[in-house]
Amino acid sequence: MRQRSLITITAALAAGALTLTACGSRDDDGGSDSGSGGTKVVIGVDAPLTGDLSALGLGIKNSVDLAAKTANKQKLVDGVTFEIKALDDQAQPSSGQANASTLVADKSVYGVVGPLNSSVAESMQKVFDDAKLVEISPANTGPALTQGVDWQTKKVRTYKSYFRTATTDAIQGPFAAQYVYNDAKKKNVFVIDDKKTYGAGLAATFTEEFKKLGGKVVGTDHIDPDTKDFSAVATKVKNSGADVVYYGGEYPQAGPLSKQIKAAGAKIPLVGGDGIYDPTFVELAGANSAGDLATSVGAPVETLDSAKQFVADYKAAGYKEEYAAYGGYSYDAAWAIILAVKKVVEDNDGKLPSDARAKITAATQNVSFDGVTGKVSFDEYGDATNKQLTVYAVENGAWKAVKSGTYTG
Amino acid sequence: MNELPQQLVNGLLLGAMYGLVAIGYTMVYGIVQLINFAHGEIFMIGGFGALTVYLYVLPDGTTMWVALPLMLVGAVIAAVLVAVGAERFAYRPLRTAPRLAPLITAIGLSLALQQAVWAWYPGAKESINFPEIPGGPFEIGSVTIQTGDIFLFIAAPVSMAILAYFVMKTRTGRGMQATAQDPDTAKLMGINTDRIIVVAFALGALFAAVGAVAYGLKYGQVQFRMGFILGLKAFTAAVLGGIGNIYGAMLGGLVLGLAETMATAYIADVPGFDLLGGQSWANVWAFVLLILVLLVRPQGLLGERVADRA
Repeated sequence: MRQRSLITITAALAAGALTLTACGSRDDDGGSDSGSGGTKVVIGVDAPLTGDLSALGLGIKNSVDLAAKTANKQKLVDGVTFEIKALDDQAQPSSGQANASTLVADKSVYGVVGPLNSSVAESMQKVFDDAKLVEISPANTGPALTQGVDWQTKKVRTYKSYFRTATTDAIQGPFAAQYVYNDAKKKNVFVIDDKKTYGAGLAATFTEEFKKLGGKVVGTDHIDPDTKDFSAVATKVKNSGADVVYYGGEYPQAGPLSKQIKAAGAKIPLVGGDGIYDPTFVELAGANSAGDLATSVGAPVETLDSAKQFVADYKAAGYKEEYAAYGGYSYDAAWAIILAVKKVVEDNDGKLPSDARAKITAATQNVSFDGVTGKVSFDEYGDATNKQLTVYAVENGAWKAVKSGTYTG
Repeated sequence: MNELPQQLVNGLLLGAMYGLVAIGYTMVYGIVQLINFAHGEIFMIGGFGALTVYLYVLPDGTTMWVALPLMLVGAVIAAVLVAVGAERFAYRPLRTAPRLAPLITAIGLSLALQQAVWAWYPGAKESINFPEIPGGPFEIGSVTIQTGDIFLFIAAPVSMAILAYFVMKTRTGRGMQATAQDPDTAKLMGINTDRIIVVAFALGALFAAVGAVAYGLKYGQVQFRMGFILGLKAFTAAVLGGIGNIYGAMLGGLVLGLAETMATAYIADVPGFDLLGGQSWANVWAFVLLILVLLVRPQGLLGERVADRA
């Protein structure tokens, strides 16, 4: 008990000291505002930087870093220097919430990009909303995050401070279903998910649209993401007579799953969402993954004119990791925050107002610009207005874009 | 199409792997009454040992027929070294301490080993691809067997036979039996019990290493967390078979593997159980089976004595 209170006091002291230092440095900077120095605005990043999903998380972190550096180089906001503060959530909701509290406590943080996982976002939204700190996710696709749990019947925005640059499963699942049924001409699907917010949601929206189109669901299963042995499921898939498998989940499981389904003798494609659209999937799934499909939000970053600059800058900056599936969306998310900061600072005679966090959140709602992934703006729920999606297929050991389009319902 | 034969093979393969790892739990428990929770990590280290040989020792492009035996040696060396080191520096100083102390040490060691591999093995922050044996799957009737599984099919029974011979026929093996029955008397009879305990840890690590190579070949990847869940399952298998009994460990593994596979394949087809089937419920059914077995036979399937000293 004694030790515990000691820890509490130490933590409180440390937090206090940090806050004080932050305030102190801002005051110092405030004094030199007229000069070339300026205010420090920190953009927080929350993503899995270690563990199975780190390939995606590090791409997010680097892309936000690139946005901050670009803004600094262009002197986009007079008197403001952008920095990032990246925290690792290990794809765990509990870590995400702890990180959210850490970012809120840091008074120099005026916006956050992240997280990757919808389940992590659920645990962070309220913390940020209470602090009126804007949060833009480049990757969350769970519809309930913006439109409330009853999004299918009654859309209600739950948190005013939450935005995303990614499209939702409500669009992605049906888009995949249409491609699989109309273009790939597959009529019998075996649906598997990992029971997580993202995977189960995606599988549900896919199934609904696939049935509506006239396809048949010949089997369903839910896997345990902690294991790697899917041989029993693979045998079921083989004997179900399915000509395609839809998997709602992420690549650490999807790769081995695809491999084991093919190994069991079912030479049918596995289709997934943006969670499996990563080079690691192809590595894990092995040579037989040729023909597997994934949908991902937006048009392929490499093909957009607006993205060429981003791709070139990213290469020039020399990051060790790829920008991965969400690099462009992360850059756009960070840029939206930067533009919101710019607006707030310019409206307040070149200084950050005392209620800067709330003002920046409000300004984000009205941000509109041509970003890496196309036009970036947010609708009344905080969702991206850009509803473009792309189908990718594995060819010669890499993802190749097959078809881009917009889901219209 | 009848999928039962295929599912039986799936279950036996999974079970054989559980069994290989379970031997380590059961032998150490039989001799020092310690549940070595770090054993799952010994298994994981074996996998990384094999990978290290393939990636950093052998020249690129070595055929698997040459590489596999050497990888096996690497796996065994890595796993045995860590297991013996753990026994010497973590468990031996606590041999006379209350039973909970070494147990907690084991949990701590398990976490430490996991994080050490995570932090220092190059690329281990994500799954690392494990080399595969080339060649297509084999079809026997309606059953498909993967090339990678053939290793497990051969290695598991062979390992078991060698272990049985060792424990029953050799001097050291009989020393192990004696130490398990009564360490003090065994010591009076001139058995070096310290050495016997080291041998038990080393043997357990050896079989875990074989299991780890089989895991890598079967799933095509290793990762720093691979020993955690598998270790828990193997421990369950050891309890199911009767902890302390080496044949029980193998049998428990096979029963557990079959139970999980059958649950995945068939429970959902039982009327009214459609929501309780599928792979995510397989563990639940496996543990239901464990509880049922322990209700009828508290000592496990092949356990001879009640765990009187636990």
